[in-house]
Amino acid sequence: MMTNPGNRLTQGQFSFLPELTDAQISAQIKYALKNGWAVSVEYTDDPHPRNTYWEMFGMPMFDLKDPAGIMLEINNCRKTFPNHYIRVTAFNSSRGVESPTMSYLVNRPKREPGFGLSRQEVDGRSIRYTVHSYATDKPEGERY
Amino acid sequence: MSEAKQAETTLPDDAPVDLEAELKSSNVQEVLDQLDRELIGLKPVKTRIREIAALLLVDRLRKKFALSSETPTLHMNFTGNPGTGKTTVASRMAEILHRLGYVREGHLVSVTRDDLVGQYIGHTAPKTKEVIKKAMGGVLFIDEAYYLYKPENERDYGAESIEILLQVMENNRDDLVVILAGYKDRMDKFFNSNPGMRSRIAHHVDFPDYSPDELLAIAKLMLAQQNYRFSAEGEKAFSEYIPLRMKMDHFANARSVRNALDRSRLRQANRLFATKGRNLTRNDLITIEAEDIMVSRVFDEADKK
Repeated sequence: MMTNPGNRLTQGQFSFLPELTDAQISAQIKYALKNGWAVSVEYTDDPHPRNTYWEMFGMPMFDLKDPAGIMLEINNCRKTFPNHYIRVTAFNSSRGVESPTMSYLVNRPKREPGFGLSRQEVDGRSIRYTVHSYATDKPEGERY
Repeated sequence: MSEAKQAETTLPDDAPVDLEAELKSSNVQEVLDQLDRELIGLKPVKTRIREIAALLLVDRLRKKFALSSETPTLHMNFTGNPGTGKTTVASRMAEILHRLGYVREGHLVSVTRDDLVGQYIGHTAPKTKEVIKKAMGGVLFIDEAYYLYKPENERDYGAESIEILLQVMENNRDDLVVILAGYKDRMDKFFNSNPGMRSRIAHHVDFPDYSPDELLAIAKLMLAQQNYRFSAEGEKAFSEYIPLRMKMDHFANARSVRNALDRSRLRQANRLFATKGRNLTRNDLITIEAEDIMVSRVFDEADKK
């Protein structure tokens, strides 16, 4: 039985929902801006769940009032990397938090090959598991 | 909005609409009245703002009948001598446009050349773009815009910044309104060397100089805002002061008035210190007397001539 047909990457918020429309994305950005969080756009072609640090597309955007500026950058990024994963991150800089508080995908490759589970037999017939993205078999930039 | 829903909200052709009600619901009248109260003079400016407000209101009514028209270009150019209220009007403009629903947030981002133009190759574009992104949903006010273009230096990065601005003014008309401001002659020179900029700006508003009466009214308004007032003689002295100051160099309309008032407050404080003998009342603290104004150097210089 296939548990995840299409092998859709499920990382960050809203990832089990249908793709967000641009209006929905900008409503989410508006919420982040209302809370005073700095929003940034990041991209990668390595979808491994432990790949925490994605490439930044430009600087994080501080002191914005309106989502239009961020939508502009998202669309720029989509144009530059149409077949990469792109996510929007909102960073909360208040003391004691100082970490991303929102993060969701806004672009994904057309075809996602998904992950394979590999097993390694070790001492005493124990088994170690690891996930491996089929896409990362190819070098960076040629994966999707 | 789906098509079915759009059809539902469209009014039939002969349905009456109420311009008055629309005006009331937008609260824009309140802002216009406030403008009338707090800005003395500036007839052409107020007329133009009224016209723009009317256009946007009618546009809103037209939308109810699904009469689409292109979003009007609202980029503006304010020209006028120093201290004629260009910046003040720009910040009001942001609020008016917000109430009319033309801009979404209604904040004003005020910048000069320093904020737009970078110091080395490749620095200008990101800097300008960052400012533009901050201004989106509101009004971008570029003070002394003619500094952006320096014809004597062809390697100046200002031109790059202008190019980006032009692009945004054309493509993101819904997202932000750009207001340029500067002195008349230099702005004219700026537009002559950047014809693209001139054609993208629909509204050229000229701020006239104030008359002596208007300046006196402004002075009284400024004092009232700081909880001061003229005594009867004080007002008379100040109305003598204004024409003398206007004849001198570096006269900057309302700004000169504000400076003169600041100095007379200084002298008033000094005078109060000197009257040690008696206790002061509230009245003493808020009143600017004639002597606070008469000691001004403006009167001395007028005597010399």
